[in-house]
Amino acid sequence: MRVLVCVKRVPAPGSKINITADGQQVDTASLGFTMSPHEECAVEAGAQLVEQHGGEATVLTLGSVAAEEQVRYAVSVGMQNGVVLPITDDEWDPQRTAEAITAAVRELETADGPFDLILFGNESADSGGFQVGVRVAYALGRAMVNGAKGLTVTDGTAHVEREADAGRETYELPMPAVVGVKEGINLPRYPTMKGRLASKKAHVTTIEPAGSVGGLAKVSLQPPPERKSETILLGTGPDAAAAVVDVLEEIGVL
Amino acid sequence: MSASTPDAGGDVVSAVLVVIEHDRGVLATASLEALTAARALAGQLGAEVEALTIGEAADALVDDVARYGAARTHQAHDPLLGDYGPEAWGEVVAQAVRALAPTVVLACGTDRGNEVMAQAAARLDVPFAANATEFRPNGTFEMTRVRWGGSLLEIATLDGETKLVTVAHHAVDAVPGDAPGAPEGVALAVDLDPSLARTVVVDRIEREAGVTLATAPVVVGGGRGVGSAEAFAPLQELALELGGVVGCSRAVTNNGWRNHTDQVGQTGTRIAPDVYFACGISGAIQHWVGAMASKNIIAINTDQQANMVTKAGYAVIADLHEMIPAITAEIRRRRAG
Ligand SMILES: Cc1cc2nc3c(=O)[nH]c(=O)nc-3n(C[C@H](O)[C@H](O)[C@H](O)COP(=O)(O)OP(=O)(O)OC[C@H]3O[C@@H](n4cnc5c(N)ncnc54)[C@H](O)[C@@H]3O)c2cc1C
Ligand SMILES: Nc1ncnc2c1ncn2[C@@H]1O[C@H](COP(=O)(O)O)[C@@H](O)[C@H]1O
Repeated sequence: MRVLVCVKRVPAPGSKINITADGQQVDTASLGFTMSPHEECAVEAGAQLVEQHGGEATVLTLGSVAAEEQVRYAVSVGMQNGVVLPITDDEWDPQRTAEAITAAVRELETADGPFDLILFGNESADSGGFQVGVRVAYALGRAMVNGAKGLTVTDGTAHVEREADAGRETYELPMPAVVGVKEGINLPRYPTMKGRLASKKAHVTTIEPAGSVGGLAKVSLQPPPERKSETILLGTGPDAAAAVVDVLEEIGVL
Repeated sequence: MSASTPDAGGDVVSAVLVVIEHDRGVLATASLEALTAARALAGQLGAEVEALTIGEAADALVDDVARYGAARTHQAHDPLLGDYGPEAWGEVVAQAVRALAPTVVLACGTDRGNEVMAQAAARLDVPFAANATEFRPNGTFEMTRVRWGGSLLEIATLDGETKLVTVAHHAVDAVPGDAPGAPEGVALAVDLDPSLARTVVVDRIEREAGVTLATAPVVVGGGRGVGSAEAFAPLQELALELGGVVGCSRAVTNNGWRNHTDQVGQTGTRIAPDVYFACGISGAIQHWVGAMASKNIIAINTDQQANMVTKAGYAVIADLHEMIPAITAEIRRRRAG
């Protein structure tokens, strides 16, 4: 089977997200980059499916040329091919991103045949638009469910499980299909030495992205209101247990 | 532009249409937040609040929806709408937009709410903004919306004849309307292609009743500092003692020490307990955003500079392996005495 996984390069902030002086971007000075945990799990799901059923898995990203780092990482943990759709802007809005990814999928499928499954993250880590995968699926005329916490494939059907408030739901999607994956579906592997070597050697394809600007526009970024509380130090070492339990009594949870 | 519903005098009033989320007829309370937000928004726009319910099972919600300020509820019926299905529901919203031409469509920013609105936006080929917290609708239709799960806010504008937006869950407190009118349900004709059945729920295993991480009054959370799966036993014991549950950081789930269902944070669960014990957790922003709604936080950490320590209301600088059993013992001592 053929699987495509879409991931987005995002900064990995630590204790705080700093914003550039012009209020337009996350200040990434001294930050590493990563992808959403949901997308890491989508990569793992794609790798496992190809290991079980044969075939190959491709990872695709639309982002700065530096996003090749995330593509190579995905190859090191089980993808076979990488595709970068390079942009010079900080990011593209969700409609434009979806249009470009859809066009790239069509190009890749024309060359090498259809993808049985296209996997997305449930939502991107940074912009959290909850829509790129849905838009791509609709444009391609394919069934799509988001939030998958379980995914298996049997002859032509993708069985998806997801958590709802009332319980664990099952969906059965005719393939080719599109699935949005949530963290918890699996435990992503770490790169092996062999994987690292494969990722260095892998050929990463470039596709020039095309898409028209959509209707959701970022004006600026702001930090959320800070809930500043003075920290009350209850003590050092196990002797502080009495002070802790005093607090519990005060709060009324005992 | 989008003027829709004839009011009593026959004039045309624009509408804010709220998509009501429900599960087999059981209302998702987050929908009441969306209705509350819709009333404020409609006030600013000089519009009326209307609602859309999907499937026959939701007809009975017309009373609740009216109490929260909807002038009328459009009710869509179809054999395909017996259970939730993202494509079928999204198509109903798209058809409702075409029929009613609302100025704004709001839903709640839950898994289903965001999914249905994305489906509707794709079908209508219009923009969609997920998880708004504030609206400044006059002029460029400016909003504040959540990024990074709430660690960052974005001021954004939304263009398009009909604006599709979800309201971030918990951003607005649900409040009934001041002068609710009589409940009025009107049928909305929909025409659904049978192929939409391909994403309708086919089966469901009901969840067992009990305290969940999202609703627990006490959460004892452990991070990398706990060190192993086995070392969670004392945290479990303390949680049990207080009628709470165990939570954890992503470092813990990544190590396979706990199931992801215990993870607190941006890609885990949002918690809001009376007390959150954050033990051996550094307090990365993606963890903090899931814990910050806790009413009280007690950080236990060996590092006084840890972000969790400086942000928490209370902190103990100690080795959690000594500290947690000592707290449990002290609780038992006081209860016995
Ligand atoms: C897009 C994205 C989403 C993410 N989503 C989440 C999420 O949902 N939830 C989440 O938790 N993380 C999430 N993360 C990961 C997050 O950035 C951190 O890596 C993670 O929270 C760190 O976990 P930790 O605090 O347990 O580990 P560490 O950061 O390693 O901290 C361990 C802490 O334990 C203390 N410690 C060590 N030994 C002891 C001891 N004996 N007694 C007391 N204290 C001790 C140390 O001083 C330190 O403060 C996400 C990251 C990204 C990029
Ligand atoms: N720039 C991008 N490149 C590749 N995939 C993307 C990009 N943006 C979003 N996606 C995919 O679409 C999912 C949903 O994104 P969003 O709609 O932004 O929440 C993400 O989890 C990714 O799988």
